[in-house]
Amino acid sequence: MENINRRTLVIGLIVLTIGIIFIIKLFILQVYDPSYKFSAVSNTRREIISFPARGLVYDRNGKLIVSNQADYDLMVVPRELKPMDSVTFCNSLEISIEELRNLFDDMNGRLHNKKISRIKPSIFYKQLSVKQYGYLQEKLYKFDGFFVQRRTLRKYEYPYAAHILGYIGEVGPQDIERDDYYIRGDYNGINGVESTYEEFLRGEKGFKYVLVDVHGRQKGSFKDGEYDIPAVAGKDIKLTIDIELQKYGEELMQNKIGSIVAIDPQTGEILTMISSPTYDPSLMVGKKRAGNFSDLSTDSLKPLFNRPIMAWYPPGSTFKTINALIGLQEGVITPDSRFECHMGYSVGRFHLGCHNHPSPLDLRHSISNSCNAYYCHVFRNIIDNKKYASVQEGFDAWKGYLVKFGFGHRLGTDFSNEIRGFVPNSATYDKIYNKSWSSLTVVSLAIGQGELLTTPVQMANMAATLANKGFFYTPHIIKEIENDTIPSRFKEIHQTGIDTAHYRPVRDGMEMAIWGGPGSTAGAARVPGITICGKTGTAQNPHGEDHSVFIAFAPKDNPKIAIAVYVENGGFGARWAAPISSLMVEKYLKGEIDPSRSWLETRMMEGDLIYGTK
Amino acid sequence: MVQNKYSKKVDWLTVSIYLIMVIFGWFNIYAANYDPENPIFFDPGKEYAKQLIWIGLSVIIIWVLIMTDSKFYVAFSYFLYGLSVFLLFSVIFFGKEINGAKSWFELGPLRFQPVELGKIATALVMSRIMSRHDFSFNKPAKVAKIIGLWALPVMCIFLQNDTGSALVFFVFILPFYREGLTGNILIFGILTAVVAILTLVYPNTLIIWLILVATLLFLLIKIDKKVTGIGAAVLLGGFTLALTIYSILGQALRWEIFTVIGMAGLSIYLLIKGFVKNLKPVIPALIFMWSLVAVTFTVDYFVDDVLSEYQRNRVYVLLGFKDDPLGAGYNVNQSKIAIGSGGLTGKGYLEGTQTKFDFVPEQSTDFIFCTVGEEWGYLGTFAVVFLYVFLIFRLIYLAEKQHSPFSRIYGYCVASIFFYHMAINIGMTIGLAPVIGIPLPFFSYGGSSLWGFTTLLFIFLKLDTDRNELIR
Repeated sequence: MENINRRTLVIGLIVLTIGIIFIIKLFILQVYDPSYKFSAVSNTRREIISFPARGLVYDRNGKLIVSNQADYDLMVVPRELKPMDSVTFCNSLEISIEELRNLFDDMNGRLHNKKISRIKPSIFYKQLSVKQYGYLQEKLYKFDGFFVQRRTLRKYEYPYAAHILGYIGEVGPQDIERDDYYIRGDYNGINGVESTYEEFLRGEKGFKYVLVDVHGRQKGSFKDGEYDIPAVAGKDIKLTIDIELQKYGEELMQNKIGSIVAIDPQTGEILTMISSPTYDPSLMVGKKRAGNFSDLSTDSLKPLFNRPIMAWYPPGSTFKTINALIGLQEGVITPDSRFECHMGYSVGRFHLGCHNHPSPLDLRHSISNSCNAYYCHVFRNIIDNKKYASVQEGFDAWKGYLVKFGFGHRLGTDFSNEIRGFVPNSATYDKIYNKSWSSLTVVSLAIGQGELLTTPVQMANMAATLANKGFFYTPHIIKEIENDTIPSRFKEIHQTGIDTAHYRPVRDGMEMAIWGGPGSTAGAARVPGITICGKTGTAQNPHGEDHSVFIAFAPKDNPKIAIAVYVENGGFGARWAAPISSLMVEKYLKGEIDPSRSWLETRMMEGDLIYGTK
Repeated sequence: MVQNKYSKKVDWLTVSIYLIMVIFGWFNIYAANYDPENPIFFDPGKEYAKQLIWIGLSVIIIWVLIMTDSKFYVAFSYFLYGLSVFLLFSVIFFGKEINGAKSWFELGPLRFQPVELGKIATALVMSRIMSRHDFSFNKPAKVAKIIGLWALPVMCIFLQNDTGSALVFFVFILPFYREGLTGNILIFGILTAVVAILTLVYPNTLIIWLILVATLLFLLIKIDKKVTGIGAAVLLGGFTLALTIYSILGQALRWEIFTVIGMAGLSIYLLIKGFVKNLKPVIPALIFMWSLVAVTFTVDYFVDDVLSEYQRNRVYVLLGFKDDPLGAGYNVNQSKIAIGSGGLTGKGYLEGTQTKFDFVPEQSTDFIFCTVGEEWGYLGTFAVVFLYVFLIFRLIYLAEKQHSPFSRIYGYCVASIFFYHMAINIGMTIGLAPVIGIPLPFFSYGGSSLWGFTTLLFIFLKLDTDRNELIR
């Protein structure tokens, strides 16, 4: 019995020993040794987002147009905030006490509305300047709960192509709702290629978990980086534009309102797309964006308005080329058809004026001389063709051709805000004229006026179709995406349904419009050594001076560039649009302007249609 | 009524400790699951809600256990044992792997760990064998039976790769000791642990020489100066001879081999001397010496060649050779920070920050003690340690009061299992024991472990109601 008691005692002692060891160890850990208490305060895990570098943007020749620059946001973790020296804080940030109070009020408001988390970092002060960042970094240890997070902003290498590039800005609530990639304070592309190719450019955010001490200093990675996800840089993209041509065009268009769109007809690649007036894309970067944006958006000249894809104008006389093609295809005229013109087209009391030129003219000369009467005949012959039972049917057949040329619908470029323009159909007129109308009622369509509205990009596409003798590729701005393919729709060929042979007289007429000698409308567009073909237009403007329009392509054989130029309030097409087009073509094909034409270049560049005298 | 019949006899003190632990445990599970960002009072999907169900079902289990005749536990001990070994074996093939161990059965939403039944059944079978009147640790057949029946479930559990649970069974050494196992084994067990740890720090040769010096000291105390002196001379002679032969042959010097040759010489001398003069202490001295040397080599081999880099790091960090708070030592470090940050009185209920946000792993299961430490401070951890020690003492006290040896031995088994779990689990959270994933009884989240420990305890409390009868 005594033996058993001894053994019980031994077991009891073992248990008691362990119990006492634990109690002593716990006393040391919890009460005696303060190091673990400090450790706990300092032992805060913080999730740091590593923002990927956004994809770079290059022009067609590989010139870097858009790159990235570092930017710093001051972040706050509300739970970790401690009373601090607000004067030092304000001095570091160079803000007033009131501003700081507002920042805290904002933060508390968002906390209250559960917009931000108490334990996760959120932005306290956006986009520190380099100076602010420098000051703050030194003092940051004094401000518990604050840290600086790096992200990237855009850097524009050229002050051009703002409308094409678009810009990046903070995501809105609907973006966050739509795509859970985004969290508050993230940036995404707004407008332009930044928006269209957002998903390629943005890359993938990474996450890094770090342990930070009581002063916000990082003490190392959490669990050896086991949970870290590295950021994946965005994909670089190459655009179809030629930044030098873009620059030249923007210079030509300075102090003028309007647009230039140039396309490589063989591929549909947009070589340049200019909206004037424009702005320096750097204005849309960082903290200054908000102020600049409101300045630009209240500017009466609407510099933010992307005219090539969003403005609609009547095509004017440039449209005669299309009517000629439709007439030929419908068999209502031949290249040798001649129509009389006596200072215009008159039927009964109706009269549509024309300028003074020899009469009658054949098809080629009708284009080079831009005869209005000729096209009234052509148009009425198309609509009133016996093969159609009614004027409505004839009209809709005509409209069908226009649609095939890409009018009246969005072309499907890279830009989501592209508009469709307007091509009336018979129902439109049935409604207006209560079903009693004739080809004469709508005859102004013959010369590209009336209800017809087109965008400059559609006009450039028309020029490209003429250059290609009957087909086009959807105009587009994207040339290459790193390790990816561009949308397949840009590789599809679109036919116009007009026989290639019919293009010949029309193209001859366009050549003669420039090179044909007396009576030709666009002699101003002659470029030595280049067989440029073009057609002038004057878009009627009920609000003021007419718009100057020109379409062209060159060289005639194997065309490399097709262009459309609109100069608002520029008057006749030959006055502004034709010379500007020719300079663009010359610049693109030859690289420089012939000295014999430098006077023209100077006149175009210095021409001021906004503030100055014409 | 049935209630009345048992309510007087059941040891209400133990039941009270049980209830305090389960309830306090539940509050800590609630705290570990509490999200201060999104404070929902009761979320039925969380662990604390499920734990409430497990606790409710435990009451039914307790009722059934108390209603069962005490003789049943003796009669069915082999059956339960057979069943548990079958399940422990099957789970190797049909179980679900969780945290690297294939130790769980999964039936729809329910998960069950057969090791819980294994502990209970093995305790019952050990008690049954040792309670037979003809049992003695001096009878090799009986000892073999005990070891065989003990080893079977242990091997199954090792095969499941659930080392932590397998090690629980080593604690049966305490009831064995209580029932007459020689104290040398207990001492040997402790010495083995010491040698194993020293081997990790110091070179093998040094450890072996320390063992040899200890053996010579033992001889000096237990026998006499003469035998010790000759023994030492034989040892050094063998060593030097081997060294000389190696040097002449121009072989690379192998100190360990020279030492072993010296030891062989010493052993032969001692065997002859012991046989001739009938010196009893010679046998344990030799067994201790050779076993500990074997331990040295085994541990060395195990750590260097069997353990993965990761496991080796864990061992080193635990022993304090390596300070790596973000790597292998992460769990222990975070756990110590959490407990340490609690201070004397704790941060207050639900105010903990370290046991939330995933700083501490397995917050509501293996590391639930951290929540106690952080939110209740030293007062809380002291109370928990005290409760466990008190419970174990109470169980030993009750065990000693049993008329039937079966109940007594089973009581020791229960107390020892609780002791092991408490020692390893709490020890691990404060950096005194290796990180072995075993639950803290009644505190850790999980139905399987709660039911297992409840059953383990209440079988004994039932047996205790019949403490004056002979159950066999």
